[in-house]
Amino acid sequence: MGNAVADITETAPRSSQFNIGNIMHRYGTVAILVALLIVATSMSDVFLTERNLINVLRQSAGTSLMAVGMLFVILTRGIDLSVGSIAALGSIVCAILIQQYGAGLSIGAALAAGGACGLVSGVLIAFLKLPPFVTTLAMMTVARGLSLIVSAGQPIQMGDAGMLIVDFGSLSFAGIPYPVWLMAVVFVIAGIVLTFTRFGRLVKAIGSNIEAVRLSGIPVAFYTTSVYVISGVLAAAAGIVSTSRTGIGSANIGVGAELDAIAAVVIGGASLMGGRGGVFNTFIGVIVLGIIANMMNLARVPGYHQQVFMGCIIIGAMLLQYASNWFRR
Amino acid sequence: MENLVELSGIRKSFGGVRALQGVDFSLRPGEVHALLGENGAGKSTLMRVLGGEYVADAGTVTVSGEQQQFRGPMDALEKGIAIIHQEMALATDLTVAENIFLAKIPSLISWSDLNRRARELISSLGFAISPSATVGDLSVAHQQVVEIAKALSRNAAVMVFDEPTAVLSARDAERLLDIIATLRERGVGIIYISHRLDEVFRIADRITVMKDGSSVATVERMDVEIDDVIRMMVGRSLKALFGEDVERKAGDEVLRIENLSDGARIKGASLSIRAGEIVGLGGLVGAGRTELVRMIFGAERALSGKIFLRGREVKIRSPRHAVKAGIGLVPESRKEQGLVLDFPIRVNATMARLSPLVNALGFVRRSKEMSAVEKLATRLRLKAGSLNDPASSLSGGNQQKVVLAKWFHADGDLLIFDEPTRGVDVGAKTEIYSLIKSLAAEGRAVLVISSEHIELFGLCDRILVMREGQLTGSLEPADYTEEKLLRLAMVNSATAEAAAIH
Ligand SMILES: Nc1ncnc2c1ncn2[C@@H]1O[C@H](COP(=O)(O)OP(=O)(O)OP(=O)(O)O)[C@@H](O)[C@H]1O
Ligand SMILES: [Mg+2]
Repeated sequence: MGNAVADITETAPRSSQFNIGNIMHRYGTVAILVALLIVATSMSDVFLTERNLINVLRQSAGTSLMAVGMLFVILTRGIDLSVGSIAALGSIVCAILIQQYGAGLSIGAALAAGGACGLVSGVLIAFLKLPPFVTTLAMMTVARGLSLIVSAGQPIQMGDAGMLIVDFGSLSFAGIPYPVWLMAVVFVIAGIVLTFTRFGRLVKAIGSNIEAVRLSGIPVAFYTTSVYVISGVLAAAAGIVSTSRTGIGSANIGVGAELDAIAAVVIGGASLMGGRGGVFNTFIGVIVLGIIANMMNLARVPGYHQQVFMGCIIIGAMLLQYASNWFRR
Repeated sequence: MENLVELSGIRKSFGGVRALQGVDFSLRPGEVHALLGENGAGKSTLMRVLGGEYVADAGTVTVSGEQQQFRGPMDALEKGIAIIHQEMALATDLTVAENIFLAKIPSLISWSDLNRRARELISSLGFAISPSATVGDLSVAHQQVVEIAKALSRNAAVMVFDEPTAVLSARDAERLLDIIATLRERGVGIIYISHRLDEVFRIADRITVMKDGSSVATVERMDVEIDDVIRMMVGRSLKALFGEDVERKAGDEVLRIENLSDGARIKGASLSIRAGEIVGLGGLVGAGRTELVRMIFGAERALSGKIFLRGREVKIRSPRHAVKAGIGLVPESRKEQGLVLDFPIRVNATMARLSPLVNALGFVRRSKEMSAVEKLATRLRLKAGSLNDPASSLSGGNQQKVVLAKWFHADGDLLIFDEPTRGVDVGAKTEIYSLIKSLAAEGRAVLVISSEHIELFGLCDRILVMREGQLTGSLEPADYTEEKLLRLAMVNSATAEAAAIH
């Protein structure tokens, strides 16, 4: 993540200013991670083993893809609640087509289906000015419903044709599982796009002041639509990653995953009011969530308790953001 | 007489920027004390310290003889200090009465009582605005009246006006000055910040001039002339206030519009501008000038009518088409429409034309961008710490220069300026006028909207006047008088406005 520093300075308010608020704003997310690492290490001997850490990363892969898409959407001041359902759709489309058409085509079709869902939401939001929350909420039920219809509510075995995907989910390259490689590649590309390209700059600018950007002659509707398409494609990819663990396509994966994605972005210090947020911090946000889940599994915390704890962490992260704004006055 | 407010040795830095470097300032009860200075001199920052928004790094704030440690705006309000910001802080969805008593609305509301008290306050200012009207529906001028009434309801002893007339029409500005005179008679101490020196000379008792974060001098108004004050502010006297006149020749027609209308505000407007020409668009605030240029720029839909660029008819459906066709618009409100405030100056300046600074893959070439923006900054004499600082860190006038920089960079054939010098100091105004003239001399067509008549007279080759959505006439330089302009701008509208108030 060599671009992380540039990424942060791009959005940093005010110049090289030594002030608690700025430091909290920049390194708050990292501080949460470090604190968590310390707690986790002291709580369990297993935590700091290579196997466990790789496991944390592997389990974060799906969420991280959705979180990257979500980051782009949130930067434009939107929200995408449909990512969990689109992941299920991606999983189903891929699993159904793979027996006939092979891995390449079926993965392509799954990503296209995700992109199409994003396109529909994006057009409704950007061109017809529907509110993102409601539009993607509707897309969330539509995509989930479609996957249930197509799969007739049954899990779909990918069979022999799916070996490639199962291999992707279970094998490693240079000691690192393929899904983790995919996650790394996506984060790096997203970081570069956001920091160094016109696209990234304009996406953030739209979230910060859409009217000024529009009056600069920039096709804001195009950019706004495209972030939902990106989010849809990445969500479908997350669905395939999730399928690769079991080799079974299911319309029930990704339930509630949109909340994890949003939480990761927010823990990463992005503002739901748009314009502020970076890829590196989103990555940390994903890892923070991954470690918490892992810690609680190691400590055998029951699932219901885990949810409560997760909620508290998110509130804690918001408070930290709030405090950093207060100090920067 | 004891001073109401005494600021001494106030210092405030933002990172490397030393905004205030030991400022002394005092205010007596019942005086209007004008605070003048170039853009970025530190006037607003000083008032934010007084208003409790910023904590000074050093120095003392004394109110009515007591030294204060304000921790926030509420503390300052408590001590009777009310700041009326240029961007008004009203809740636009609430009613007039609710806004006035927002801070101390009783837990059990008696609407009739609240409305009655609101009505009394407003009428004591000489206005009749319905207390139950929604604030968002009021004109800017009336919103300002509400803001003042709000301050009065809290028994403010000190009122700070930061460029209040910048957003008002000539007539509303006039009324505001009357209100200020009334307030002064009641013994309220008034701090008045403005770049319009004629106003300042009419109402001020004393004048303090700031320069580069320090107070240069405090003088009695009686003892000085406008020229002296300008010299104190900019360090030299300004001979050519409207910029150096450059040789210009009117060339081919660049823009012609025929019968443009939007079915509501604009009722069939036609005009034509040639290359090298600077054409003014005068009229009262609300006459539809902004709507008209926004239609030409594609920011609003035209219902009927034609637009021709260089003789060819064009359809402009969005600002994007307009920019592609070579039109630039410097909008009237830089905060909402001109700038992405949280973003670096550099990014704002290049936003309208990124393509030459981007490679085939969409990567922005930072060094090329930086050098382009540096050139612009020098040309406009932008006063900024670093071009990577966010636009929000600049003073008002310098923010305006960034918006101008954006359109200089976009380099169209037709440039439209909507109130280009709003909130800009005299020195920078002269620079902006010179720039506009040189743009025209390079063969561009320029259309300028302004509510400052002197500005139109000094800058334009021709002035078109609008009234209620229609162009009512055109003035040539020989006819440039306030009276002729107002006659075209106002006939009949005086009665209409009177009706609107009641
Ligand atoms: N929040 C901030 N962060 C960084 N710099 C700031 C901030 N606020 C003000 N400044 C800097 O302090 C200086 C004084 O600004 P200020 O807004 O007080 O000027 P001003 O006299 O009100 O100018 P204008 O007439 O243009 O409104 C400027 O150089 C400005 O860039
Ligand atoms: Mg100011």
